[in-house]
Amino acid sequence: MTQLPQDAAGVTPTERPPALAAAMAGGVETDEGGTSLWTAALKRLVRNPSAIVGAVIVAAFLIVALLAPVLAPYRPSTTEWANQVTPSRLPAFSPQHPLGLDPFGSDLLTQLIYGARQSLIIGVVSTVLGLLGGALLGILAGAFGGWVDTLVMRLVDILLSIPSLLLAVSVAAIVGRRPESLMIAIAAAQVPVFARLLRGSMLKQRGQDYVLAATSLGLRRRSVVMGHVFPNSLGPVIVQATLILATAIIEVAALSYLGMGSPDPTVAEWGRMLVKAQERLESYPHLTILPGLCIAVTALGFTLLGEALREALDPKTRK
Amino acid sequence: MKPLHRKPLAAVAAVALAFGMSACAQSQRPASDSSASTGAAADTFVFAGSSDPVMLDPAMASDGESFRVARQIFEGLVTVKPHSTELEPLLATSWESSADGKTHSFTLRQGVKFQDGTDFNGEAVCKNFERWANWKGLNQNENITYYYGKLFEGYRNPEKGGSKGIYDSCSAPSADKAVVKLNKPFASFVDAMTLPAFSMQSPAAMEKYNADDTKGTESDPRFSEYATAHPTGTGPFTFEKWDRGQQVVLNRNDNYWGDKAKVSKAIVRIISDAKARTQELEAGNIDGYDLVAPADVQALKDKGLQVMNRPAFNILYLGFNQKNPALKDVRVRQAINYAIDKDAVISQSLPEGTKPAIEFMPDTVSGYNPDVTQYKYDPNKAKALLKQAGQENLTLKFAYPTGVSRPYMPSPEDTFVAIKAQLEAVGIKVTPVTAKWSPDYLDMAQGPDGVDKRDIHMLGWTGDYNDPDNFIGVFFGKKSNEWGFDNQALFKALQDARAVPTKDKQAAVYTKISEQIAQYAPGVPIAHPAPSLAFGKGVKGYEPSPVQDEVWNTVSIDR
Amino acid sequence: MLRFVVRRLLLLVPVLVGLSVLLFAWLRALPGDPARALLGDKATPEAIARLNAQYGFDQPLIVQFFTYVGQLAQGNFGASARTGEPVLQTFLDRFPATVELALVALLFAIVVGVPLGYFAAKRAGGVLDLFAVGSSLLGVVIPVFVLAYLLKIVFAIGLPGLEFLAILPSSGRQDVRMFATHITDFYILDGLMTREFDAAWDAFKHLILPGLALGSIPLASITRMTRASVLEVLNEDYIRTANAKGLSQTLITWRHVMKNAMLPVITTIGLLTGQLLSGAVLTESVFAFNGIGSYLFEAISTLDYAVLQGFILFIAIVFALVNLIVDLLYGVFDPRMRVQ
Repeated sequence: MTQLPQDAAGVTPTERPPALAAAMAGGVETDEGGTSLWTAALKRLVRNPSAIVGAVIVAAFLIVALLAPVLAPYRPSTTEWANQVTPSRLPAFSPQHPLGLDPFGSDLLTQLIYGARQSLIIGVVSTVLGLLGGALLGILAGAFGGWVDTLVMRLVDILLSIPSLLLAVSVAAIVGRRPESLMIAIAAAQVPVFARLLRGSMLKQRGQDYVLAATSLGLRRRSVVMGHVFPNSLGPVIVQATLILATAIIEVAALSYLGMGSPDPTVAEWGRMLVKAQERLESYPHLTILPGLCIAVTALGFTLLGEALREALDPKTRK
Repeated sequence: MKPLHRKPLAAVAAVALAFGMSACAQSQRPASDSSASTGAAADTFVFAGSSDPVMLDPAMASDGESFRVARQIFEGLVTVKPHSTELEPLLATSWESSADGKTHSFTLRQGVKFQDGTDFNGEAVCKNFERWANWKGLNQNENITYYYGKLFEGYRNPEKGGSKGIYDSCSAPSADKAVVKLNKPFASFVDAMTLPAFSMQSPAAMEKYNADDTKGTESDPRFSEYATAHPTGTGPFTFEKWDRGQQVVLNRNDNYWGDKAKVSKAIVRIISDAKARTQELEAGNIDGYDLVAPADVQALKDKGLQVMNRPAFNILYLGFNQKNPALKDVRVRQAINYAIDKDAVISQSLPEGTKPAIEFMPDTVSGYNPDVTQYKYDPNKAKALLKQAGQENLTLKFAYPTGVSRPYMPSPEDTFVAIKAQLEAVGIKVTPVTAKWSPDYLDMAQGPDGVDKRDIHMLGWTGDYNDPDNFIGVFFGKKSNEWGFDNQALFKALQDARAVPTKDKQAAVYTKISEQIAQYAPGVPIAHPAPSLAFGKGVKGYEPSPVQDEVWNTVSIDR
Repeated sequence: MLRFVVRRLLLLVPVLVGLSVLLFAWLRALPGDPARALLGDKATPEAIARLNAQYGFDQPLIVQFFTYVGQLAQGNFGASARTGEPVLQTFLDRFPATVELALVALLFAIVVGVPLGYFAAKRAGGVLDLFAVGSSLLGVVIPVFVLAYLLKIVFAIGLPGLEFLAILPSSGRQDVRMFATHITDFYILDGLMTREFDAAWDAFKHLILPGLALGSIPLASITRMTRASVLEVLNEDYIRTANAKGLSQTLITWRHVMKNAMLPVITTIGLLTGQLLSGAVLTESVFAFNGIGSYLFEAISTLDYAVLQGFILFIAIVFALVNLIVDLLYGVFDPRMRVQ
């Protein structure tokens, strides 16, 4: 959408020349002998400082999101204190409201805490939906090849030639204005990205020796695909999913800015709060800065973790 | 592929070509401006509009941005006094309406010329009326000539399905007289003549540039050369150019019959983002804009900029959709009326200077009833009424628009939240529903598809001219999707009122109808929000008008 | 060369056909009547009936589709429901502005991103590397419209105490009081051609802040791509050979490292077009910059379907053409392509 925290626009790891992919991994060269893929990856992960930073941020975010009802001083979206708010004045910070009130008369701290929960829900649901959609297309193309592949990939190409923001908006227009329309719109914009990724990844696996071996052993096509090709294509997908979680959190803000999203204006959602705050950008900058910071830090966390995961999983970084 | 080393040469050639072209690409800039900007800048008034005018022929326009420009170039027979909706002479110095409301005679100002040198006289007035009445084909479509079609109820040679309308004839017994005859009484005829749609335009220019030559389709009209490039009126500014999406540039009319403009140029700059308009004013790149967001007012004042209010000539209301059986019960409708604290809604979401409403039109309209039955804020009474009606667990779908700022509803979201909280306080559950203003929200609030999507909704109206029918006649004149009730007594009363020939007689009739509406409680009249305008420090002489009849010849700028 | 271009242009045809199928399906999938959606709030029953007849919305789907494609082929993309302007004309009127903005944004991203990526690669793992990767990430994780607003407040409106920083115009493409002459609608070029150099300079000043905001998007991609690409090339044998031969560092850097490392970067730039246009929707609206982005923003805010439909199609074409140009540029950097 607006920005992809993965690398260059849609250039997914699998499309890169192998040597390039190795180079991108940042020249981390370690000697790990014959440990399994996942253990080795984990080992490299804990040695990478940016992975630690990313993991800490993501963990903090998850805790806040899951424990929101415990952490927040009030219930979300109550406009109880609306009588203290006028169009041009908000009350000062107070012990009852350590971050003050938002323009609707809700407690800002409560809204920010519940915003984490909302971001998590939107991020996870839209990523999972996008992944499922992409997987369906990708498996179709990657597993069958031939004209199915051509057809599906042309469709994906066409979708990729539409800027993802416009794609999301077009889908949102069909879905209409509902609480869940943001998730569907963001998911839809990720479908071609995931499809391209999965298909590329699976094509690469299909050419591998072990697939040849399995096929020559007389295994059926379906069991080769499901048992070998698909699981081995999963690595880049997990990486991509982590990165897309970050994108989704930023995209929500962009779509909110364009006026999509929940019909309830008081919903505790960072993007929505950010947009509302623009009206008071100069008089009450904290209304913009706080949700903006929440978005940036969370997106940064998922991006760092995702990048580190990619490096850790990339076989080229192993000697 | 050509050898590489040619590339730089080609680039050099391209640059040389560009500069070579500059010999023929002459600067068209006025000589005075090219030197320094300070002197010229103080002489230019820049106002920010929110979108392009549709086109520049006011007779075919119905949108505020087209009218904003038209008001500088054109003048009508009559206008309104500054800050009010009372009539004032303009191109007509006096007028008289017959007792039957069918014949209206105007005495015209002498010595006025259109900007192209054509004389303004009785003949020119009649040519304008005849032009409107004789529109054919596409020009009869309400997308194109909304105001004439609506107020005159049709055209002389109607397309199939249309009606012949109330215009009969126009005559010019002498150069300074014009007499318009109608075939039905129209008490507010002279008031309607204040609308920019009925501005006087130069017959010679309209003929020269084929003003009625509208092509295309009604959804995609291509307006005439006159309407896009040669609008010619009698007003204090002449048209210079229109860069679509960017600006309309006007020059002072040095032959203007009245007070000549103090600035030599006026520009309407198109800035669609509301926040950007505010920031442009703060940065000094524009001199003024309207529909200031209430949240910005204090910040602008703190920076020493000027904020003014237009006297409110509008109504913001909460409408009830009686398709919902619960709302058919008058006790529920009254309960909601009692539940709403209008003063709180105003302080939380509307501009300063906004007055709470007690009926569905502002007090400046003739026929306003100051003694109408009121529902003073009383949440306990609201709860009691809901209990009586057996609606203690009422859930209502409450619709409001997004992405829009209307003069009567500058920040719909904020108003929605304020009202929602009050409804919840008396035990009504609220499900928010929303849509983009156009077309979806209007569809939801007024279209046939919307009747099941909402139970209550926020909407409003800005009056065009001083006529009660232009308010309550529009809302309650017939059965509608918006309100969903079938109150024949009310429909008939409004219909009869329209046929009363003079304004004095009408006023008494409308006073009664206002009470009838108050008893029936079809909705909650909430407020008459005063739209705000903001100006730079040095701007002087801008006269806000309730019907936006703001002409910029009075504006001057000290820098 | 020519054959290559023609072949690529022919490949565009199925994409456009596919896209028009999708757009047609999209228009039909919108809630409510398609004629109503296209007409907007001015839809009268007669107007709807006439549009239904024009597009044949009451006929079998396949007939409708061909009518629709026929209209597109004639260049009839309909008119905005909001303003009544024809969609194609609007796009052409506003396109130069967006091209100007996108070029400035790209220029900024390349001028900053390529050296940043290069030095980050040379000192991989070092402080500069961390700084380069970190700062390019920051540009990505801050929503572009927030960045745009922040830039605007600091450098155009002025923060209390920091007013001296506010030296740039806050919005628009040019000071309207300049009454500059416009010929091509590329304002800088116009200013140069008419020798209204102050107007060209003013237009450039108006491009700086939106260019920076929009440029933050490609900046991240270009920095990282350059870094990765340079890292790869640095490990190649021929660089080792060049070093061993004792060639000067400047020569190695320019002739060998940069020339080879720029290939993937150029591809990246082509692929960034879509993101730039998405970003322009948000950036242009913040800066009231009259390009296709701000128009799209309004079309989105008012769900002006005719405009959305037309602009999506045009943008896809622009995207394809830009990538064609990028592929041609490849030839400049990659001798293998030139041989063909």
